[in-house]
Amino acid sequence: MKKILFKTEALKDTVMSYCPGCGHGVIHRLVAETIDELGIREKTIGIAPVGCAVFAYDYWNFDVTEAAHGRPPAVATGIKRVLPDRVVFTYQGDGDLIAIGTAETIHAANRGENITVIFVNNCVYGMTGGQMAPTTLIGQKTTTTPFGRDEKIAGYPIRVCELLSSLGGVTYLERVAVTDAKNIIKAKRAIKKAFQVQLDKKGFSLVEVLSSCPTDWGLNPQEAIEYIEKNMIPYFPLGVVKDKS
Amino acid sequence: MAKRVLMKGNIAIGEGAIKANCKAYFGYPITPQNDLTAHMSKRMVELDRVFIQSESEIAAINMVFGAALTGARAMTSSSSPGISLKQEGISYMAGCELPGVILNVQRGGPGLGNISGAQGDYFQATRGGGHGDYRTLVLAPDSVQEMYDLVQEAFDLADKYRNPVVILIDGVLGQMMEPVDLEHDVKKYKLPPKDWILDGCKTREPRSIQSLYMKEGALEEHNWKLHEKYKKMKQDIKCETQHVDDAEIVLVAFGISARVCKSAMQLARKEGIKVGLIRPITLFPFPEEEILKATEHVKKFLVVEMNLGQMVEDVKLIINSKADVHFYGRPGGGLSSQEEIVNEISRIL
Amino acid sequence: MQEEVIIAGFGGQGIMFMGTVLAHAAMQENKSVTFFPSYGAEMRGGTANCMIIMSDEDIGSPVVARPDGIIALNQPSADKFTRRIKEKGLLIVNSSLVTGESGRDDIKKVEVQATKIAEGLGDKRVANMVALGSYIKEVKILKLETLCKSLETLLGEKKKNLVDINIKALKDGYKL
Repeated sequence: MKKILFKTEALKDTVMSYCPGCGHGVIHRLVAETIDELGIREKTIGIAPVGCAVFAYDYWNFDVTEAAHGRPPAVATGIKRVLPDRVVFTYQGDGDLIAIGTAETIHAANRGENITVIFVNNCVYGMTGGQMAPTTLIGQKTTTTPFGRDEKIAGYPIRVCELLSSLGGVTYLERVAVTDAKNIIKAKRAIKKAFQVQLDKKGFSLVEVLSSCPTDWGLNPQEAIEYIEKNMIPYFPLGVVKDKS
Repeated sequence: MAKRVLMKGNIAIGEGAIKANCKAYFGYPITPQNDLTAHMSKRMVELDRVFIQSESEIAAINMVFGAALTGARAMTSSSSPGISLKQEGISYMAGCELPGVILNVQRGGPGLGNISGAQGDYFQATRGGGHGDYRTLVLAPDSVQEMYDLVQEAFDLADKYRNPVVILIDGVLGQMMEPVDLEHDVKKYKLPPKDWILDGCKTREPRSIQSLYMKEGALEEHNWKLHEKYKKMKQDIKCETQHVDDAEIVLVAFGISARVCKSAMQLARKEGIKVGLIRPITLFPFPEEEILKATEHVKKFLVVEMNLGQMVEDVKLIINSKADVHFYGRPGGGLSSQEEIVNEISRIL
Repeated sequence: MQEEVIIAGFGGQGIMFMGTVLAHAAMQENKSVTFFPSYGAEMRGGTANCMIIMSDEDIGSPVVARPDGIIALNQPSADKFTRRIKEKGLLIVNSSLVTGESGRDDIKKVEVQATKIAEGLGDKRVANMVALGSYIKEVKILKLETLCKSLETLLGEKKKNLVDINIKALKDGYKL
């Protein structure tokens, strides 16, 4: 029999603790496949966020550090500046990246730090139990927007790629979604490109991955995928937002 | 005599750090420590090392976190309000057992306060400062030469214990100039190998660095381990004593207050009052033995600080009613004069 | 021997440089020395000052409350610091800019036309060195030659062209 599916070396043989239908498992796998395909596992240092993906160091089979909530881009800056020949990436959620860590995100991007950011946008705080995120959609119910997000009270969902696109240090921005096979292949291609930008020493790269959180959305996994397609993608359009590589 | 150069305290810290092979400096402007950031922006670049003016003090300490986890020697500096912002990062470094050097050139507080020298951050520095049950080693030099020397030791101590080390000075020490002997002998420590760093898993199994311990009992175990480490730091206690043997009253002071106390001691001794001085150089761990030893024949102590009574609590805890402990302090950037201290001594005796 | 002096004037009169030259020279003569400047907001408010202590023994506090001497290059500085001078202390004023009585009969007052002399040398910015020369002559704590060398060292290669006029000013102040 011919083997056509292999385990990725960059992923440990551990059962993940994510909820059924959560996008993190798929995105972890895409990052791991990319690292193996580029042959960079032994020189990669990943940064796990505070949030559901905090346990990423239990799943990835390469060096991983934690960072305080919102601070991964600053930690990545410290690592990359003293070890410029290593591959450094952060893996961050929406609250981490564009609420508490807004300053770190914008300034690392603006300095053109030669790092890669995998930004998982699921419009909600997962680990803390479903509170409003900076990307929560207008009208979306969360535990802290029980009547739906009202822009008069809570402002508007932030489009991160568009926000960062004007910064001089930013080389590559793309938004993808892990909803179906076609989109997952595109997501993989974007992640690989983002790492390649770093390997080519071309500056800051970020891939925003629209991902589902069935548990905190109160939907089943199938409905959650449909939610991304019907509600998130129209507000967060997919595609390359900036590419000067 | 060795060749001496006239140097500002803040600059001496920078030059000492460079001599100690500090590979990366991250800082954000705040008075009265700005000369150091400016100095490093030039020197680190000249030496092909890392300098970043960060977007905030929070970012700066997290950049130190990142550089330190690769095994590189890294530091940041700030003044009181900025040090408050760094506390989150310092707590994470303590939890992750990462070395690093943090300079606090104290100014008056609370809040924005003023830019005068002050010693209001003693509690913050010696009690950990951020959240959680941890400590940082705290060094309190009182001269520009000692700043130059101790910052070099600070990097060694940070590596020895895998722990952040805080250097606590104030605006006066940071801004003043004194001659510095750049070849002065500095204590060297035996350092363990850095077999915990993240630099890519090329020749080994992957590693992780974390302060999160969710498994039942794991965090308690981690904290006990840290506690043992803090106890071990006692082997590196530093303390200066002067004229304690024949003293009828002993002054206890650190940093710039100790300088004023040295003047007060000279003045009082000219008047025939036998005054001694104990100057803790490590504020954590605190020089308990030296103070206890003095209580065998000294029954009066006067603690002098530029705050309204912080270190005095540690002195009282140690002396534990074996002698009278008095306090003289001024807050908000007020620096006592030697005459004020001598008057206070006379009042007590 | 311990000599404590406060040097004060407008920002831009070279107050910090005067203090640095003095402190550097004291170091070169193997004395203990401290230099403590006013800094930050105070510096931008118009007047600047620095405190220098020179001693044969270790120096305690670098902050000078009751100086042995004051060098005041402008009126506000003379007004502010004169009353702090120790009995039998020394007041050097830049009489080109400071007028009126000191209000003290227990100190020695030396009036130096520092700005005017400096203008005569072609650059009023060296008024600071004229005053410093006068101070050194009065207190005799350091050799004039040492100060000249310190000037050279501190001005360095970049400002080498300013060495001669500064030394000239220092010497003119000393000769008065």
